[in-house]
Amino acid sequence: MERKADRTIITVVGKDTVGIIAKVCTYLSDHQINVLDISQTIVQDFFNMMMIADMKNADKPFDQCASDLRLLGEEIGVNIKCQREEIFNKMHRI
Amino acid sequence: MINIWEVNETNKMIEQENLDVRTITLGISLLDCMDSDLQKLNDNIYTKITKVAAKLVETGEEIERGYCIPIVNKRISVTPISLIGQAACKTPEDFVTIAKTLDEAAKTVGVNFIGGYSALVSKGMTEGDKNLICSIPQALARTERVCSSVNVGSTKTGIDMDAVKLMGEIVLKTAEYTKENDSLGCAKLVVFCNAPDDNPFMAGAFHGVTEADAIINVGVSGPGVVKKALEQVRGADFETLCETIKKTAFKITRVGQLVAQEASRRLGVPFGIIDLSLAPTPAIGDSVAEILEEIGLEYAGAPGTTAALALLNDQVKKGGIMASSYVGGLSGAFIPVSEDQGMIDAIEAGALTLEKLEAMTCVCSVGLDMIAIPGDVPATTISGIIADEMAIGMINQKTTAVRLIPVIGKGIGETVEFGGLLGHAPVMQVNRYGCDAFINRKGRIPAPVHSFKN
Repeated sequence: MERKADRTIITVVGKDTVGIIAKVCTYLSDHQINVLDISQTIVQDFFNMMMIADMKNADKPFDQCASDLRLLGEEIGVNIKCQREEIFNKMHRI
Repeated sequence: MINIWEVNETNKMIEQENLDVRTITLGISLLDCMDSDLQKLNDNIYTKITKVAAKLVETGEEIERGYCIPIVNKRISVTPISLIGQAACKTPEDFVTIAKTLDEAAKTVGVNFIGGYSALVSKGMTEGDKNLICSIPQALARTERVCSSVNVGSTKTGIDMDAVKLMGEIVLKTAEYTKENDSLGCAKLVVFCNAPDDNPFMAGAFHGVTEADAIINVGVSGPGVVKKALEQVRGADFETLCETIKKTAFKITRVGQLVAQEASRRLGVPFGIIDLSLAPTPAIGDSVAEILEEIGLEYAGAPGTTAALALLNDQVKKGGIMASSYVGGLSGAFIPVSEDQGMIDAIEAGALTLEKLEAMTCVCSVGLDMIAIPGDVPATTISGIIADEMAIGMINQKTTAVRLIPVIGKGIGETVEFGGLLGHAPVMQVNRYGCDAFINRKGRIPAPVHSFKN
């Protein structure tokens, strides 16, 4: 079972366009990051996606992946953010 | 598993409602640095701080990146310098050398403030305490990052009125020494009653002698988040209002708890406390006064303000206490004037006066904070204001503090600009009737009857 500390929430927010999920998933797959859960919604015409990913076997450190994904987001014109899962667990679970 | 709505709620708090961790403060004991040789003492202090805090800023930034939560300040508090320096410092000038060392150490490790240029004189002053207090104006004028505080009273000891008198003079002198910068030195000087040993917030932070060698204390924030949550329950009854504040405070505090535990783990320094204070900033939407307005007041200062603030303060604590394993510091709503745009607006509208602010300090942390007053106010008047505030703390068994800024060369209605988190403030009216004969009495006010609990 994955260690909790390795679980990362990746959020993608921005204008909907073709291939957002494909591009993000390609990056994750290229770097051995496993997607555990994915959900998506459109809020006020904005594409809004959240992934729970396991970075246990990632071939790059967290900071590097976060910054690569941010740059990838800039290329596609969306905002991509990586956050360690604990912040959400702490806030929303007792 | 966490769902998308929960993720969005958290991120909205961070991105749109100014949720942040206000400060990670590393408390460092300097007790093992003491020496009767001044040069050696300074060397010991510099070495200890730069060693213990070497990775503080870097670690704080790592945590910020990991959770995408801003940690606005990384700071250091040290053992009150009057204790550390007494054996080596024979004059106020000697103490100033320590202030410079603290400033240097703070620059080296990259923290923006270092607190603990302090004296604890709630019952009386030693020669060393007096020397430190007398050195404060010079120390604050000649350093950039050093913060100073003096505890002049407590519920257990009463109020040292000699220290209160002296502090009135010192506040004015500090203003004079830093008059080129709108008397900014006074923004780094706090007078306390019942000062806590583990407060992470500047300018009053110091590392108490009852603390371990090093400790991580964290101050959370989030007035903007509370305000937004209350917008959703506009017009609802008090039960709903209180529940909403409590739930929001819980969420805010949990983030602080996470950051504190992470910082503690990564730095190998024990976790001390979370300070549950709602700390405003001058940014729009990050204001305690705006929460009071959302609760139903036209402006902060209107009738009902003290009750609304009491309710807010209590609910923040009730929500926060369950969210954190250790709570301490000041823990309450802050009502600084210059750091809160809503307070500034209230003063400019004529809704909020110094006397109403004093009443508000009876029910919240911490005291008369960041209030600009005319520079020609006599020292005894400043002492009188300090004495009033100390009495509130002493009698109510709570921390109170005074951080007044007599702005040299400026009068009522003019504005002072401190910049950054310290904000700006209109110069406020002070009661012009004298209290010289009261302040010039010597000695101390005895401890109140309810302090005798043994």
